[in-house]
Amino acid sequence: MRLLLALNLLTVTASAVAGEIALSDRRSGYEFMSRETRAMQDDDTANPGMLWVLEGGALWSRKTRTGRACADCHGDAATSMKGVAARHPAFDASRRRPVSLEQRINVCRVARQQAPALAYESRELLALTAYVARQSRGLPIDVATDARTQPFLDAGRATFQRRQGQLNLACAQCHDDNWGRQLAGNVIPQGHPTGYPLYRLEWQGLGSLQRRLRNCLVGIRAEPYEYGAPELVDLELYLMWRARGMPMDAPAVRP
Amino acid sequence: MASALINVPPRARRGEIIEIKTLISHVMETGFRRTQLGAVIPRDIIRRFVCTYNGAEVFRADLHPAIAANPFIVFSTVAIESGTLVFEWTGDNGFSVKETAAITVE
Amino acid sequence: MERRRSRREFLKTVAAGVGLASVAVVRPAGATPADMQAAVRKVVGGARVTPGKVKLDLPPLIENGNAVPLTVTVDSPMTEAQHVRAVHVFTEKNPQPYVVSFYLGPRAGRARVATRVRLADSQNVLAICELSDGSFWSDSAGVVVTLAACLEDGI
Repeated sequence: MRLLLALNLLTVTASAVAGEIALSDRRSGYEFMSRETRAMQDDDTANPGMLWVLEGGALWSRKTRTGRACADCHGDAATSMKGVAARHPAFDASRRRPVSLEQRINVCRVARQQAPALAYESRELLALTAYVARQSRGLPIDVATDARTQPFLDAGRATFQRRQGQLNLACAQCHDDNWGRQLAGNVIPQGHPTGYPLYRLEWQGLGSLQRRLRNCLVGIRAEPYEYGAPELVDLELYLMWRARGMPMDAPAVRP
Repeated sequence: MASALINVPPRARRGEIIEIKTLISHVMETGFRRTQLGAVIPRDIIRRFVCTYNGAEVFRADLHPAIAANPFIVFSTVAIESGTLVFEWTGDNGFSVKETAAITVE
Repeated sequence: MERRRSRREFLKTVAAGVGLASVAVVRPAGATPADMQAAVRKVVGGARVTPGKVKLDLPPLIENGNAVPLTVTVDSPMTEAQHVRAVHVFTEKNPQPYVVSFYLGPRAGRARVATRVRLADSQNVLAICELSDGSFWSDSAGVVVTLAACLEDGI
């Protein structure tokens, strides 16, 4: 509607994909927000995302019905989980492909805690992910790029640069070529995942990167991939690689 | 399973004005939203927040649906004596959460 | 862009413009300034409300109306003899005009409260404080509410 009209103008005037953002030009979505929204993120006593971190901390120590608690193997998360979120998606040997942090948590639950996998976007999975991601705050994003992960990274990049949906738009057209410009009242960010899982004011709750990506796909009128789909994990891997070196700031707050 | 984050300084000087920040997880469903099929999602909000200091009420708030989800309330009180601050949130569908914080006043 | 028009009207105009079926924006009719005045009357009774003493702080522009930070400060010594009894907040265009009522007293030490509110549209917000001497004072502030492009519901 309003988006439709604005994007119609965008597709007409935008030329071919101009290319990736120079490393030194990269800016977190934090920098595009109003002062008040930034203040909400900066204060741990006011950041609603911290409610999920608090819950995650409690879940970390809770034993599953038949198995162990995360803490039983991993001890104090502040030490053991430091840097983990900054390295995910990471290659999982048993699956022979990269897995997201959410998937990694579920692999642990099923294989080592004798517990059922937590549903995507469930409160518990979000709380645990937020708790783990919080332990990487301030650390630079550092996903591994080697022979094993390269094909998946390339697939993610291809998805990012491919035109999709009824509006026939590629992610790159907004987030590489037109970041900083206004679209339907707000500024287009560069699309870096430094703050996930984050509290989105629009959702009035905490959500994962995949939830946001699905929103974007709906926004360009494309069929959104299912949660956990390889296309989404590959895209997450590409986005994290694209943001390599940028500091993590989960749980962030975004409009 | 509502979590609450309370920020109270653990110690204060007698007579000092202390700022208290509270954050509680709650959807604060307004009663004005509808499902995809058009049915109204019923109202479900926190209606009252009370803070007592060694049993005496020092702050109260009556909330309406216009308060944002995961209500955040900041207020102040004078540190008059050591003791316990009790925070209570009550609302629709029997919602009731109580949290406490100790304060040492010298 | 005319920010004064309601989002619902804007969407209908755009929908008509691009030849789409009109979008059933299922938001209820908003309150009117008259509804807000009626709510104020209910709270203050017949007393007069004078602009002053209260300061209502809101960001002039916010990216999303779901969580707008709001602070109310009242210039008051907060003594037993002279203090703020209550602070009431109202809106003009939300589905209903009440937002919150804070009850203070001399034990507050300072008359400053903050919270986050929902604003359905760009509008004026009104704060009224009741002092221990029974007088009522007010302040109002306008907020422009914008919205992101890629929303979950695709509207």
